[in-house]
Amino acid sequence: MHIVDGALSNPVLIGGGVIAAAGVAYSLKKLEPEDLPRVGVLSAVFFVVSLIHVPLGFSSVHLILNGLLGIILGWAAFPALVVALLLQAVFFGFGGLTVLGVNAVNIAFPAVMVFFICRWGITAQQQNLAKLVADVLFAIFFILSIWAGVSLYEAYQVEGATWRVSVNSISLALFALVMIYGYVLYRQKTLSVAGFWGFLGGSLSIFFTAVMVAMSLALSGDEFAKAAEFVIVAHFPVMAVEGILTAATIQLITKVKPELINAVR
Amino acid sequence: MTQVLGDVSQSWTVKNEQSKPEAFLKSLDPRVRLVSCVSFAFLISAMHDLSALTLALGIGLGLSLSSRLPLWTTIRKVVVVDSFIVVLMLTLPFTMPGDPLFSVWGWDASKEGLYRAAEVGLKANAILFSLMGLVGIMEPSVLGHALYRLKVPAKLVHLFLFTVRYIDVFYKEYKTMRLAMKARGFVPRTDIHTLRSIGYLIGMMLVRSLERSDRIMEAMKCRGFDGRFHILNNMKIEMRDRIFAVCTAVVILGLLAIEYF
Repeated sequence: MHIVDGALSNPVLIGGGVIAAAGVAYSLKKLEPEDLPRVGVLSAVFFVVSLIHVPLGFSSVHLILNGLLGIILGWAAFPALVVALLLQAVFFGFGGLTVLGVNAVNIAFPAVMVFFICRWGITAQQQNLAKLVADVLFAIFFILSIWAGVSLYEAYQVEGATWRVSVNSISLALFALVMIYGYVLYRQKTLSVAGFWGFLGGSLSIFFTAVMVAMSLALSGDEFAKAAEFVIVAHFPVMAVEGILTAATIQLITKVKPELINAVR
Repeated sequence: MTQVLGDVSQSWTVKNEQSKPEAFLKSLDPRVRLVSCVSFAFLISAMHDLSALTLALGIGLGLSLSSRLPLWTTIRKVVVVDSFIVVLMLTLPFTMPGDPLFSVWGWDASKEGLYRAAEVGLKANAILFSLMGLVGIMEPSVLGHALYRLKVPAKLVHLFLFTVRYIDVFYKEYKTMRLAMKARGFVPRTDIHTLRSIGYLIGMMLVRSLERSDRIMEAMKCRGFDGRFHILNNMKIEMRDRIFAVCTAVVILGLLAIEYF
């Protein structure tokens, strides 16, 4: 998920830096001095969480949990992530100094998006609407997966199917499958309504992050185009892992301390 | 005691007696080191000439050596970055179009791709070494103060200092909870049970952290917090800092000269 120094082209680095600075400036302006301890302590927790490794098949993945971060912190995700990434770059050597802005945008922007997409479903007083939208989303993902499957089948029927077409359909199908998996868990009562929205937030944010990492690589040069596509496909297992983790965390929080979701405005 | 970010907590009031003389780079003003490092890093990431980049890597290595980094942690960091570079070395020649150099199973490896991979590898390592040598040896709190003196927004610096302060606290809490889980027979696997348990662990850490942050806020208000923090660290630019800054400027200009002539 971290891009190292030296791989990206100058326009991408500058663009990422400018967007990150704008995001940090806007969220700092909104942030009250009263909230600083809360945001600081929460961002320390997320730093520690990013050190946790979860086994996945033969290897393991380390957590990002930017979906959870976005749901809890909202806009404050920007400065929290800039601080965490700076610490990681300087003291661990992960990521890098010049790519700090790009990495921050790639991780924090999806977090803020998830805040706007998913948070209302977690805090909703009347859960009927949240349930209804969940069902509608399932229908959309179901159609999406069938469509992706059909287009993949057609791509192999037509002679000279390009790598690009098949990769796009595969990633679309995998995306829909991960989402349907979340819906199935929710139907089995493994996840509550809030948990389903947490799942959606956790997996969507990883998907957006993967897409943005792929975009920053692809914009930097054609030689990274294949690597960019690989990044997206490789992140689907991570999407499922982070979705379930975020769902479990959200379920615990809604039971134990619901005011945590509204801790930072 | 676990120290996530490296050995910290030098005493503020008592100057502890040092057995070894301090490294020269450590005695420099943190602001000068930070600014030199950032400008050096941006220069390196904008360069394309391989000989200039090799020279930059040499300078970075020199900085790392002269700041006497702990050997094993340094090697671990370098290995993490270079494992990514090795993957790039193996794939880039095949994905970049250009003059074929050799071919494996019908895939042509291009000269340009190899060149590009070498460039990325040199850049990443040069920046990493100069970063470790100049900034990595700083205490995190000193880094925060240097950022504040460099006119980084005060709220961001305070957020930085809070985060640095509580990382160790929550890392210990995390270790305690993992130990408790282990004592009850928890073994991480690839299944929903593991994910849910770790999710609950993270949830409990968040709940506790919120309660802790409320206590912190109360304690701060009790001591008359009015929205401002006072940074006590007075930094002074001395003669050697000026000399170092001039040296950095000369090096940067020299690298630019190699790049363009």
